[in-house]
Amino acid sequence: MAEQRDLVAKTRLIQEAGWRNTLIELFTKWEVLLGMIFVLMVVFFSNLSPYFLDYFNLMNATFQFSEKAIMALPMIFIIMCGDIDISIASIIALCAYAVGTASAAGVSTPGLIAIGLAVGAAAGMVNGLLITGFNMPAIAVTLATQSIYRGIAQAALEERAMTKYPSQFGFFGQEFIPGTMIPFELVLYIGLAIVMGFVLHKTSYGRRLYAIGSSPEAARFSGIKVKKIRIINYTLMGLFSGIAGVLLTSRILSARSNIATSWDLEVITLVVLGGVSINGGKGTMWGVVIASFLVGYLKFGMGLLKLSGTIMTIVIGTLLIIAVLLPRLLDGYKNNRKMRRQQAQAALQSAHA
Amino acid sequence: MGDMHMKNTRDGNILQRVSKVLLARREASLVILLAVILVPIVIRSPQFLSFTNIDRIINDISILSIVAIGEFFVILSNGIDLSVGSIIAFSGMASGMLNEAYPQVPVFFLLLLGTGLGAVMGAVNGALVAYGKIPPIITTLGTMSIYRGLTFVLSKGTWVTAHEMTPNFIGFPRQSFLGISALIWMALIVIVVTYYFSRFTRSGREIYAIGGNATAAKFVGVNEKRIRFMVFVISGTLFGFAGSLWTARYASAVNEMATGFEMQAVAACVLGGVNFAGGAGAIPGVVLGALFLGVLNNALPVVYLSTFYQTLVQGMVVLLALVINTVVDQRKTRKLLEQRRAR
Amino acid sequence: MAETLLTIRDLTKFFPGIKALDNVHLTVRTGEVHALIGENGAGKSTLVKILTGVYFPTGGTITLEGRELNFKNAIDAQQAGIVAIHQEASMFLELSVTENIYMGHHLRHPKTKRLDWKGMREKTGELLKQLELAIDPDTLVKNLSVAQRHMVEIAKALSLNAKVVIMDEPTSALTTREVEDLYRIVRQLRKEGKAIIFISHKFEEIFEICDYYTVLRDGQYIGEGKVADTSTDEIINMMIGRNIDHMFPKKDPNIGDEILAVENLSQLGAFQNVSFSLHKGEILGFFGLVGAGRTEVMRTIFGIDKRSGGSITIGGKPYAPKGPHDAMAHGIGFVPEDRQRQGVILSMSIGKNITMPQLSSLCRFGITNAKKELEVTKTYGEMMEIRAAGWHVDADTLSGGNQQKVVLAKWIGTNPRILILDEPTKGIDVATKAAVHEFVSQMAGEGIAVILISSELPEILGMSDRVVVMHEGDVTAVFDRKEMNQEQIMRAALGETKEALHG
Repeated sequence: MAEQRDLVAKTRLIQEAGWRNTLIELFTKWEVLLGMIFVLMVVFFSNLSPYFLDYFNLMNATFQFSEKAIMALPMIFIIMCGDIDISIASIIALCAYAVGTASAAGVSTPGLIAIGLAVGAAAGMVNGLLITGFNMPAIAVTLATQSIYRGIAQAALEERAMTKYPSQFGFFGQEFIPGTMIPFELVLYIGLAIVMGFVLHKTSYGRRLYAIGSSPEAARFSGIKVKKIRIINYTLMGLFSGIAGVLLTSRILSARSNIATSWDLEVITLVVLGGVSINGGKGTMWGVVIASFLVGYLKFGMGLLKLSGTIMTIVIGTLLIIAVLLPRLLDGYKNNRKMRRQQAQAALQSAHA
Repeated sequence: MGDMHMKNTRDGNILQRVSKVLLARREASLVILLAVILVPIVIRSPQFLSFTNIDRIINDISILSIVAIGEFFVILSNGIDLSVGSIIAFSGMASGMLNEAYPQVPVFFLLLLGTGLGAVMGAVNGALVAYGKIPPIITTLGTMSIYRGLTFVLSKGTWVTAHEMTPNFIGFPRQSFLGISALIWMALIVIVVTYYFSRFTRSGREIYAIGGNATAAKFVGVNEKRIRFMVFVISGTLFGFAGSLWTARYASAVNEMATGFEMQAVAACVLGGVNFAGGAGAIPGVVLGALFLGVLNNALPVVYLSTFYQTLVQGMVVLLALVINTVVDQRKTRKLLEQRRAR
Repeated sequence: MAETLLTIRDLTKFFPGIKALDNVHLTVRTGEVHALIGENGAGKSTLVKILTGVYFPTGGTITLEGRELNFKNAIDAQQAGIVAIHQEASMFLELSVTENIYMGHHLRHPKTKRLDWKGMREKTGELLKQLELAIDPDTLVKNLSVAQRHMVEIAKALSLNAKVVIMDEPTSALTTREVEDLYRIVRQLRKEGKAIIFISHKFEEIFEICDYYTVLRDGQYIGEGKVADTSTDEIINMMIGRNIDHMFPKKDPNIGDEILAVENLSQLGAFQNVSFSLHKGEILGFFGLVGAGRTEVMRTIFGIDKRSGGSITIGGKPYAPKGPHDAMAHGIGFVPEDRQRQGVILSMSIGKNITMPQLSSLCRFGITNAKKELEVTKTYGEMMEIRAAGWHVDADTLSGGNQQKVVLAKWIGTNPRILILDEPTKGIDVATKAAVHEFVSQMAGEGIAVILISSELPEILGMSDRVVVMHEGDVTAVFDRKEMNQEQIMRAALGETKEALHG
């Protein structure tokens, strides 16, 4: 009698595994978790402040995080391949310096944009060439170039700020799409995110990124030009840093050598929070986009509640750690269930035998 | 015994032997580089090597040395600690605030407080890395923000100025014992203690093993979790100690203190020949690296470069050191491969 | 009086689909050097891994000094006194010889607990002197030659009070002088009563210093005996004696023009003056034992490593690849030896793996086309008869055999002119093996030029139209199918050149 009950319990365990498994699979998907946290956040803040769910406010808030979100896009490519780049904030400083100087010399807006993007791309390419050419660890090289690029701006600008810009220049960072309340920066971000997401998920280039991150050797053996792709990634990173630099300068209409300090680590946080594994080979564009909005609006909401910026940093740091810790704990839980199920199945088979 | 007889340092005349020993160590190339750089500087400005100037340089790098040594242990174990600046800030702020609120607390206790807080923060890092298995770069990226945030919370947004602290505390670093400032004594004590730890204790050597070849280390019974945890506790402790010293030396505790200092710490390590892959490097090298940075910074005005050139020069020097180290290593490996089948 | 030290009885080891060891026996006495002989894949390394606690046996017993052993991990084996000297050492390159020997059990001053470097250095010096090695205990291991690192490993084994020392192909990277040193050390260990299990395929070594031998073949115990009582011929017979006729579906070859010509190809440290030609529709076998250099030659042809001399022509035109993509553009495909690290991308699906090399051609403007990819996947996946729940399943869920089928499918999909296969049936179940052979024959029949690297004589003999035999970086012989026989090939692989063979 006891034996029969036991068998029934074991059978049920195996049957239930079916739908419960699907639910667990769904809920341990990073993007879903992030989405849920996002929703929770919205509910939380809208309850605590009437100003949160205001269209104008929400649109305005994007100015604070659009630039970083834009930089997170190519950073995905870099981290996906198992590399890293901590010189991006310094590239912004370098671009800001170049743009400011050019502007003071009378260059018009289109020229300024071109200069900003070119300087950024060049700086990125230098990173890529150094890393792949000498086979040096990415973190060490970008650590050095981080000092070099910002150092150039510091040595040239010293304590000064560049504040002379043509009037049209301010459009990109400050204005909205004519007729709507949607900021140009936000539209640019969404456009770039769609393009980069497309590249990542729907092109051969993106497929190769995943391959390189999962198994660099097998990727090479399959004919993937690993060096070339890494250089392209770093150049893209530099280019987007240039874009961010132009937008930032356009927004605040000023450039000092300490511009965008600490942005490098914030951008990396966004990417890792978005579910991209630091070792490469895993992650989606969706996750990083949600993470960018999540962090951006989290800061906005906390600002509304008059919480100091410092609490924000604590929250985001904690969020990052939990985001990485949680999957490992959940994985352990999943494996336990799997083991118990397998044991039950084995027991069942031997019982029937 | 034929080919077995190679590389024996008892061969050759004195000059060959000395150069063989020197070039075999990475630090040697740094000493040579240092000497080379010093020559034009001393020629242009002989007072560079005066006692006062040397004293100034060494005082300047004392705190950096302590911090760089902490970072060294982490890099040695094949990790990185980005929370340096934040740990310094929190302990420094705590010491400053305690001094302001209770001026009768002795200096010794203030230093102890900073050190203790640093140890706790390091332990948190260590637990997350060793037991939570979170990669060090992400852990310390997160705790960097958290600890910095906690600094703001602790100070409630204010800061501690020189007037609010006791002359005992602020004057401490400059107090002279046997002609050397207390600050330098602190650094020396740290250097000696950590040197002993890294060369004469089992745990110290096991850090080298874990960083050099974790699989082989586990194979001979080294406890990986324990070592990885320990490494962060050590670094945290040193950073905390440095924090208290920082507040005392600069006679202020502000929320943004030591921001970006992790880069200087890592730069000193790279210059000192510490390998990012782990398992290689030594305390003397790290101290030399810090000294190198100190000389560089101090030498800037001599070559008519404003202090605004500091960052740029540091970056270029670190890059140069990296390239040199990499190329030399690659050349050595190639030579070894070629020897393999040379019959 | 030599007593029995280590006894292995009925040792069996199963892997999914493969029986690696089938009731193997081994008896080693104190003060004995025991040769473990067998071709690649005979089961020697599996046996060693079980003895050192890396694998668990499926059945059988191991007895050391009368006590039955049950290792839970590698450290257990070490503490029991069984130590293996590896090829690519598990050493700490940046640390000194002394420290490599003492890591994990550094000596300490009794009172202060301070590390006793002087003591360790002295003891290490003594150890090295015992082995008559003039190596400074303070030298960093990274500065030692391969031979010297080997010696240090032996010293380490001694410091761990090893009772049984296992040496796996210890001389494959040593010069003749260094080999003499090794012999001296082995003799000394023997004098001290240690037992040495000596794995080698070099008969001159076996007859020089080994006392007893055991021969394995296909995971089975074939025989044992005293080295003094036997001959090379007898041992070779035991190594390879088997029926090989019915295993391989060799179709009538349709060999065409020369498509690849390699002349005096060299790579410093790996191989020298390698020359051979390959024809369309031909299966060119490459045989050799460990360290022969076959894989290195192919890696150079495929563009992964650089050559230091010589030339390659494809279809008459000079060929100098800048990388694998270049090789692929010339119609070369490469199925590598290390399936899991180089052959498949484990975390990607079967479909994505199969389409990877030809991805560009399946895309328009770089945009992936799931439908086209699925078509390609189905075509080649079904051609190779891959067994899986679906094409979207990740490669790491597949068995070794199926993973290899994925690798093959992937390369066939590129329509290669030349296909290089490096140990394609290593570690694979019998059924898949046969399928692979059938498949290779088919491809050759369709005009593809095939290079087949294999360490299994039956496979080489059954599949090849011609065989190139390599030995320590040299090509020692090239045989035509008509003149191939096991013994000649084996001797060539052991270093005897064709001239020497034919007298």
